[in-house]
Amino acid sequence: MGKLWLICIASISILLPFLCNAFSPETPTDRRVLVLLDDFAIMSSHSLYFNALKSRGFDLEFKLADDPKIALQRYGQYLYDALILFCPSVERFGGSIDVAAIVNFVDSGHDLIVAADVNASDLIREVGTECGVDFDEDPSAMVIDHIGYAVSGTEGDHTLIASDDFIKSDVILGGKKIEAPILFRGIGHAVSPANSLVLKVLSASPSAYSANPKSKLSTPPPLTGSAISLVSIVQARNNARLLITGSLSMFSNRFFRSGVQKAGSQTKHEKSGNEQFLTEISKWIFHERGHLKAVNVKHHRVGETDEPALYRINDELEYAVEIYEWSGTSWEPYVANDVQLQFYMMSPYVLKTLSSDKKGLYSTSFKVPDVYGVFQFKVEHQKLGYTSLSLSKQIPVRPYRHNEYERFIPAAYPYYGAAFSMMAGFFIFSFAHLYSK
Amino acid sequence: MSNSYTSDILKPFKLKTKQQELLIRVSILCLVYILAFITRLFSVLRYESMIHEFDPYFNYRTTLYLTQHGFYDFWNWFDYESWYPLGRIVGGTLYPGLMVTAALIYRLLHFLRFAVHIREVCVLTAPFFASNTTLVAYFFGKEIWDSGAGLVAAILIAVCPGYISRSVAGSYDNEGVAIFALLFTFYLFVKAVNTGSLAWGLASAFGYFYMVSAWGGYVFIINLIPLYVLVLLITGRYSMRLYVAYNCLYILGMLLAMQIRFVGFQHVQSGEHMAAMGVFFLMQVFYFLDWVKHMLSDTKLFQEFLRITVTCAVAVGGIALGVGMASGYISPWTGRFYSLLDPTYAKDHIPIIASVSEHQPTAWSSFMFDFHILLFLFPAGLYFCFKRLSDATIFIVMYGLTSMYFAGVMVRLILVATPAVCLISAIAVSATVKNLTVLLRSKTKVAQIGSTKGTSSAKASSKASLDQSQPFQKNGAMALLFGAFYLLSRYATHCTWVTSEAYSSPSIVLAARGAHGNRVIFDDYREAYFWLRQNTPLDAKVMSWWDYGYQITAMGNRTVIVDNNTWNNTHIATVGRAMSSYEDEAYEIIRSLDVDYVLVVFGGVTGYSSDDINKFLWMVRIGGGVFPVIKEPDYLVNGEYRVDKGAAPKMLNCLMYKLSYYRFGEMMTEYGKPPGYDRARGVEIGNKDIKLEHLEEAFTTSNWIVRIYKVKPPNNRW
Repeated sequence: MGKLWLICIASISILLPFLCNAFSPETPTDRRVLVLLDDFAIMSSHSLYFNALKSRGFDLEFKLADDPKIALQRYGQYLYDALILFCPSVERFGGSIDVAAIVNFVDSGHDLIVAADVNASDLIREVGTECGVDFDEDPSAMVIDHIGYAVSGTEGDHTLIASDDFIKSDVILGGKKIEAPILFRGIGHAVSPANSLVLKVLSASPSAYSANPKSKLSTPPPLTGSAISLVSIVQARNNARLLITGSLSMFSNRFFRSGVQKAGSQTKHEKSGNEQFLTEISKWIFHERGHLKAVNVKHHRVGETDEPALYRINDELEYAVEIYEWSGTSWEPYVANDVQLQFYMMSPYVLKTLSSDKKGLYSTSFKVPDVYGVFQFKVEHQKLGYTSLSLSKQIPVRPYRHNEYERFIPAAYPYYGAAFSMMAGFFIFSFAHLYSK
Repeated sequence: MSNSYTSDILKPFKLKTKQQELLIRVSILCLVYILAFITRLFSVLRYESMIHEFDPYFNYRTTLYLTQHGFYDFWNWFDYESWYPLGRIVGGTLYPGLMVTAALIYRLLHFLRFAVHIREVCVLTAPFFASNTTLVAYFFGKEIWDSGAGLVAAILIAVCPGYISRSVAGSYDNEGVAIFALLFTFYLFVKAVNTGSLAWGLASAFGYFYMVSAWGGYVFIINLIPLYVLVLLITGRYSMRLYVAYNCLYILGMLLAMQIRFVGFQHVQSGEHMAAMGVFFLMQVFYFLDWVKHMLSDTKLFQEFLRITVTCAVAVGGIALGVGMASGYISPWTGRFYSLLDPTYAKDHIPIIASVSEHQPTAWSSFMFDFHILLFLFPAGLYFCFKRLSDATIFIVMYGLTSMYFAGVMVRLILVATPAVCLISAIAVSATVKNLTVLLRSKTKVAQIGSTKGTSSAKASSKASLDQSQPFQKNGAMALLFGAFYLLSRYATHCTWVTSEAYSSPSIVLAARGAHGNRVIFDDYREAYFWLRQNTPLDAKVMSWWDYGYQITAMGNRTVIVDNNTWNNTHIATVGRAMSSYEDEAYEIIRSLDVDYVLVVFGGVTGYSSDDINKFLWMVRIGGGVFPVIKEPDYLVNGEYRVDKGAAPKMLNCLMYKLSYYRFGEMMTEYGKPPGYDRARGVEIGNKDIKLEHLEEAFTTSNWIVRIYKVKPPNNRW
């Protein structure tokens, strides 16, 4: 019996690090990913993409979207760090998953990849709406581009388009330039103007429009030109990252492998940019890149080391914070020259750019303004592609104490003189008056 | 034998008439002293030993700070829990007299090894000072009339509801000690004028210093005394005694008052204090002229000199005042002061002053309620004063008349008028009773009348009338005496009834009569503040209307945006604007102020009428005064304020309405009425389907009186 216990405890202590090998503030990269599919054929038809993920250490769990056993959380704990929805036609999820569950999953800081397609179900559209994008309402509409299509053997209806209108961000798309255009066949969407967080990563060319390729165009298409987004991302306020696209096939092995030549262009690429693009963006989505953390916020008066509970007006103070970036395996110093500190009370009284020592330490020093009140040290660093750093620390600033003012002011010497001569004069006068007779 | 033995023993204890009188007087004073204290303890018996109302909570909090951190930390205290994010320099923006007094009492008791809590000291400070006031009233009455009037004044002021309203146990407010200080200063000054003694003048300066340290009402003293001096100058009662008393009070009092940080240079720079300075200079001119007159024998030459001097003095004074005003060195009168001189001023210009119920003009009923028979005795007393004019009676007449005017302008100033009314009424009672008893006693013991001293003239006149029609007058005097005693006993009954029914409620705990006549206690305020204290983060910021600010910081220990120290109108207007905007607009304001919780007071379930919906129009007015986007007519329907179906659409959807009536539409409050029936206003509410987007209900007290909402963070994905 005792032996059994020992084995149990030993096995738990060995397994524990692995069990806990999940998303945490210290290692922000996702580990456990749930992939929901329309049917298991996608597993093989999109195996390149999945294998790329697996090779980077992700633990993929494939389930049918209508599998009655699927669940995102058990006993209040989320079972996965990220969710991939490759199930554009699902009408109802199995198990306990619904739109609200997915939204809660995201709102508690988890990542999501949604791929819709032509004839996407209302459910997937609803997920898209919650994430701030509106898919074309016509269920059979596709993105058509008669100028920017991908040249293929047959003339076709120009629904296979080659797009290279990327967002300009090395953080999201990786340092290496994507040479080949991206092959895309699917449904277009527009980003909701009310949503300030959604970004177009890959937009359609100005000549694109969204319509049913089989029917004649009778009314102007609702979505046209570069307003059509092919791939969008959202970084929520809690730094959850979302990817929404209207094409499932762009993840497929066929698109990954096929060569591409954009209409009107002479260069023919041996291989489309899909693999590079989607791999790089998945690194961003799963927090292998662009994830910042700020630690060791320190502030103190110049010449001191302890952090005071409150400052006095006109104090000289120093502020320092360490900012690191997650490289996928370790925390590297974050190097930038535009991290700013505000000393804020309803509006910034002091705004200073922090100087960096290139090892992650950012610091500055300044003089507290001659205004008392409850101030905040605020660092609001929101840079495209990076998680938003929003540090605020409340600190009251008090006025001088009664004995902290200058004791003798040179300008007041006439007054001192007046007071003392008056006192002396009064004394002499009283003396003379009382004892003169 | 035994008889003679006992009489022998008692012989040393047998007192002369004079000693007997003294004994009676002292024992009456002792009884009055105790009575004044115990009549103010109703609130402690009914509820418990606790601090009342709103402002006392701030005073309590500061006193606590003073006893815990010492005087210098208190003096330099920068309080960052109120007026977020501006903060408040507490040490420099309050009158520290009350806190220092309570802390000294606390220290003294601890020195004597009485381990009392500071709260008990605070609760009982006001009654203790009320007792002291009765003693001062006695001496004051003695000074202006005689010891009989003094005794009556002490008795009258001990139970007068006008004073009790601000000095019951738990009403730990500045006025509690300030009325004592006010009367004491006046007494010392009158004493100084009567004696011409520098020592009494010095004492009155220190009395004035204590008053300045205790209450902003010291402005009344520093204007009344110059006015009094001016009247004496005009009526030709100028004397050396007056010169000594006034100059001593003004110069020393001014220097001392400037030591209070909150007053500081205001005492020589602000418009309210200019009258005292002007009279001070006038006094010197007067003295100078007196001296010149003494030196010059030629009257014609003096007339010429007088004319030139007076013209020059007036011109110089006028130019100095004009230059001072124009250059901004002398600050103009404050709004509060204006509103005293012109009762309609605040209503038109300063809604924040007009919004306070105790700043409203006084209704006749509250005069009757607070003064009872004193209201009729007051003119009679004035008559007696005029009949025997002296420097002292002129003072009390002027005090009485001016304070009565101010009492008519503002409800809370009844308090200032109360001592004067009591003193003047006491003169009336004392003089009447004395005359009548002299009348009664003269027939039987004519010889003894001579021994009662002091009223020789009254005696002579009564004696003269006595001779004419004795029997009839005696009966009449009897009847009148009985009448007087009946009235006085009615007064005592009335005072006790008012104290127990109206002025002993702490207003933080509400009491009502249940359906079976039993008492129902609503302790919702403390429930809510306790919740805040226990369940919110330490640095949470709570937004509420300013009335509740002091209580939230004192009891909930959380930071508030605005509180009862209404020094920053813009900040209050911002809160008013948030409360009267639509939810999404309000959310922007709430976010910009870093608010975490919003607290509203709602009386719809209990029928508690002084809730935020009834105060709401003031929020609109104060908000609209600074932000013209808020317009009062948007919240009214044909000039009528309503919350039912006919209410204005903006009213039905503003934040305050939503927060007050959230989930109220589904509640049955009264049998036989539809759900959502507001008992405080007696209507069915107009918007029953209230959805909140940016706020969520965090806590509602058991009787729904206080409702607390949590501000949600911005949407995660939008």
